[in-house]
Amino acid sequence: MSSTTIQIISRSKYYNWLVKNLFSSWVNTILTVIALIFVYQVGSFFLSWAIFDADFRYNFQGELIIDRGFCSKNIMPGEYGACWAIIFARWNQFMYGLYPIEEAWRVNLIYALLPLAIIGILFDKIPFRRYFIYFTFIFPFLAYFMLYGGPGLSVVGTNKWGGLLVTLFLGVTGIGLAFPLSILLALGRRSKMPIIKSLCVVFIEFIRGVPLITLLFTANVMLPLFLPDGVNPDNLLRALVAVTLFQSAYMAEAIRGGLQAIPRGQVEAAQSLGLSYWQTTRKIVLPQALKIAIPPIVNTCIGLFKDTSLVLIIGLFDLLGIGRAALADMTWTKLYYEVYVFISLVFFIFCFGMSRYSLYLEKKLKTDNS
Amino acid sequence: MTKIKSLFISLVLTLGVSTAIAGSHGSTHDLVKERGKLMCGSNTGLAGFGAPNDAGVWEGIDVDVCRAVAAAVFGDASKVEYVPTTSKVRFTVLQSGEIDMLSRNTTWTLSRDVDLGLEFVGVNYYDGQGFMVNKSLGVSSAMELDGASVCIQVGTTTEMNLADFFKANDMSYESVPVETNSEADAAYTAGRCDVYTTDASGLYASRAGYPDPSAHVVLPEIVSKEPLGPAVRHGDSEWADIVRWSLNAMIIGEELGITSANVDEMKSSKNPEVLRLLGVDAGYGAMLGLSDDWAYNILSQVGNYSESFEKHIGPNTPINIQRGLNALYKDGGILYAPPFR
Repeated sequence: MSSTTIQIISRSKYYNWLVKNLFSSWVNTILTVIALIFVYQVGSFFLSWAIFDADFRYNFQGELIIDRGFCSKNIMPGEYGACWAIIFARWNQFMYGLYPIEEAWRVNLIYALLPLAIIGILFDKIPFRRYFIYFTFIFPFLAYFMLYGGPGLSVVGTNKWGGLLVTLFLGVTGIGLAFPLSILLALGRRSKMPIIKSLCVVFIEFIRGVPLITLLFTANVMLPLFLPDGVNPDNLLRALVAVTLFQSAYMAEAIRGGLQAIPRGQVEAAQSLGLSYWQTTRKIVLPQALKIAIPPIVNTCIGLFKDTSLVLIIGLFDLLGIGRAALADMTWTKLYYEVYVFISLVFFIFCFGMSRYSLYLEKKLKTDNS
Repeated sequence: MTKIKSLFISLVLTLGVSTAIAGSHGSTHDLVKERGKLMCGSNTGLAGFGAPNDAGVWEGIDVDVCRAVAAAVFGDASKVEYVPTTSKVRFTVLQSGEIDMLSRNTTWTLSRDVDLGLEFVGVNYYDGQGFMVNKSLGVSSAMELDGASVCIQVGTTTEMNLADFFKANDMSYESVPVETNSEADAAYTAGRCDVYTTDASGLYASRAGYPDPSAHVVLPEIVSKEPLGPAVRHGDSEWADIVRWSLNAMIIGEELGITSANVDEMKSSKNPEVLRLLGVDAGYGAMLGLSDDWAYNILSQVGNYSESFEKHIGPNTPINIQRGLNALYKDGGILYAPPFR
């Protein structure tokens, strides 16, 4: 086949797709045109606001922007778009919060190692996977030591943590701790032992029955009141406990859905082979159940990652909180759109990544089945 | 079954809270000294009052009160850890002992002072509800606002104050109801109403963000009382004294003309009150359990009240607040500290 024929075929394929999906009838054609006009209008407005007419570090006169008065849009209103200088000026706070800047390399190191720590869990066909998994188990201790400090490193209290650091800390640790906990809860809920079963049911139903914000308030406000004077568990730690409990209850229900979808025959077959309960669970039931439960599990993970921004209510500076603090500074006040668009973008990157990964995983596991 | 259990749990929680609040705390002063730093409850971000700047350093007039207390206790105004608090958690964070003091634009009211178990030690900013109008209206007093349309947050004390004020002065207004303060700000900017009303400091802060702040005037009438000040826990009077007099030292410093620039020269002043304040005449620090140069440290490191005010919210800042009520009593305001003797 010559290259021209391929071109013609591919062009006609393209053409057919267009006709079939967008211009199949005159109603669809009109709708398509309207939609295109709408997308063009909104898109071109947004692009010119966010990129073409926007200031980054310098304004239209070439001056470095050090406060909002230097933004081109404040010098010539109506002529210019976004003023991203606030993001540059506050970049360190968005990334590390109020973490001492001379110690920020510690956070950077952890950011850099985080992908290495999770890659072993996420993908099974990478070389030296075993070592990556070992690293995954060392990583939490390493991260704690690097971020909080200890022998040889100055201590940085968690009240100085903020921005993406807090968002990732709560998101990743919350999900990481909740996952094993939720498997136990899901198994416990299906257990035949009445005490374990009722404990799990009460826990799950209680946690699911209250909003996350209530849990955060309880952890933040009420917990210290019970404890003796001077015993104040860390503010961030309390939030982490609330987030983990919340996530584990939701994830447990997602996993239970997976467990219930496994036909009884599977368990019976395993038992007739002489496998114990734990062997059956670990080798037969859970691998299949988790596979089925991937979409709802990822769903709760994405939900949780976004819900971490609720901690700003209890005074923690997560990504959203630090953005609002930036807006409260007289230097940058009223640059709402810039800050919120930037924060949305960061959240989007992480959530979209999670969603893509879940798609990849579903596809990969599906081929095994067929 | 689940219901009864959760009912029981909430009962236990409630009892626990009330006993914990009733329980006494150790000496805050000793605790602070032992820790080596002051835990100060700050705002999560309010322009001019308390917010981290680009370098991550907290700034504002509320923050300066924390710094003054640290200067008095440690001789170093930087030994403060700020705990950002929201309006919802601020009191419990203080009650639980997580912070040593709260300095976060909090209005001193009877119920907070008495019922919540707090102790307000003074006022560092006299706020009150005010009105802002566009300059082009040519209005210079709230008494000329008869028939104006007012952007007002529904269901707030601001709304009640407004109704009372107009009724008392036999005027009428057309209300433009909005939900939040920022919405009120937006509605006013869009010209949906003639008048924008909220706490005066909020009006100034909003105005600072407008493209042309000079086109708007905040009218002189203030129609409600909102004294904002630092608070500590009930039941530790020694600590309350330290915080109270740290604030007072800043006010007295202004009264006596002592600034961070001239504090060293003032040590050789002939005014006995200056000498007492700066610790040249010894003995006053010991009464508070502090060193004799505690007030010297405040004034040299933080500055007097006027310096703090001018630096963060005064006419030369974008917030541009006149001293008004917050001027010293001898300059026509109501800022008044008991004598230092």
